[in-house]
Amino acid sequence: MAPRLKLFLPLILFALLALFLARGLELDPKELPSALIDQPFPEFTLPKLGDDVQLVREDVLGKPALFNVWATWCISCRVEHPYLQTLAEQGVAIYGINYKDDDAAALQWLGDLGDPYNASIVDRSGSQGLDLGVYGAPETYFVDAAGTVRYRHVGVIDERIWRTRLAPIYEELSGAATAAMGGAQ
Amino acid sequence: MSLFRALTLILLVLALPVFAVIETYEFSNPELEKRYHKLSQELRCPKCQNQNIADSNAPLAQDLRREVFRLLEQGRTDSEIHEYMVTRYGDFVLYRPPVKGVTLLLWAGPALLVGIGLLILWQSLRRRRNAQPAALTPQEQARLDALLESDDRG
Repeated sequence: MAPRLKLFLPLILFALLALFLARGLELDPKELPSALIDQPFPEFTLPKLGDDVQLVREDVLGKPALFNVWATWCISCRVEHPYLQTLAEQGVAIYGINYKDDDAAALQWLGDLGDPYNASIVDRSGSQGLDLGVYGAPETYFVDAAGTVRYRHVGVIDERIWRTRLAPIYEELSGAATAAMGGAQ
Repeated sequence: MSLFRALTLILLVLALPVFAVIETYEFSNPELEKRYHKLSQELRCPKCQNQNIADSNAPLAQDLRREVFRLLEQGRTDSEIHEYMVTRYGDFVLYRPPVKGVTLLLWAGPALLVGIGLLILWQSLRRRRNAQPAALTPQEQARLDALLESDDRG
């Protein structure tokens, strides 16, 4: 019987290979896992958009929040924007990182379309983007109350993606925050 | 145009890709510039799918080249610069990923497959060498003798 079984070996190998390749077709080669997961949000000192102040890490951390990398030259950001407005109206805390953009254009953009952000950080040179591992806008980083990056979403956030993939993550971060606050009492 | 001129022109054109970097930086010493070119070829552009940052003209690659220049001028070592990039972009950014549990299959895979191939080859050769021709049945033996005799008679 054993030699007979050996005849099936090429078929089994082929089946395994086909399985691997089929899985590979589903993967998006452009999707990179973030190296910042479970790492602290990087330090920075950058201007606040539309204001004369400098923002640092401590100014934007302390509560669970989304950090959305956006720019006026980014067409997908334009597509994503209305849904970010919706999320902001629902009470989701979103900070903007205005990535390699022009202040005047950015302010005009927000004026025309609405501003879903608690504040936007002006990353003119892309240095903060580099520290975060940004490789294309839009990207959104989910940061917990302790200032640890917990998730990165690359690409547009729309209703379906939020509902199926991202809302649970945000809820977990908020839940943890409320639990922490409850415990502190 | 003479042949000589044509050849010179061709050689000059072929020499152009040597300057793969798109912008020039003022290095404080030539050693740094050499390391810069080497590092630019070892770092993958995270956006460009299999181009190193030396060859890519994506804005992100430009940013990363500028960062490498800045770090070199700061006096960082090659491995510090690698680590700086990996901290931000993950192992994917290195063309030569470190040998970890995760990448072990990547590194060992080809050698493993060649090893398996050689093993199978060796096994089949050994089997063939050891194979005994089957003994002839009496009828076949008789036929063989008859044929050999007829051959001798010519």
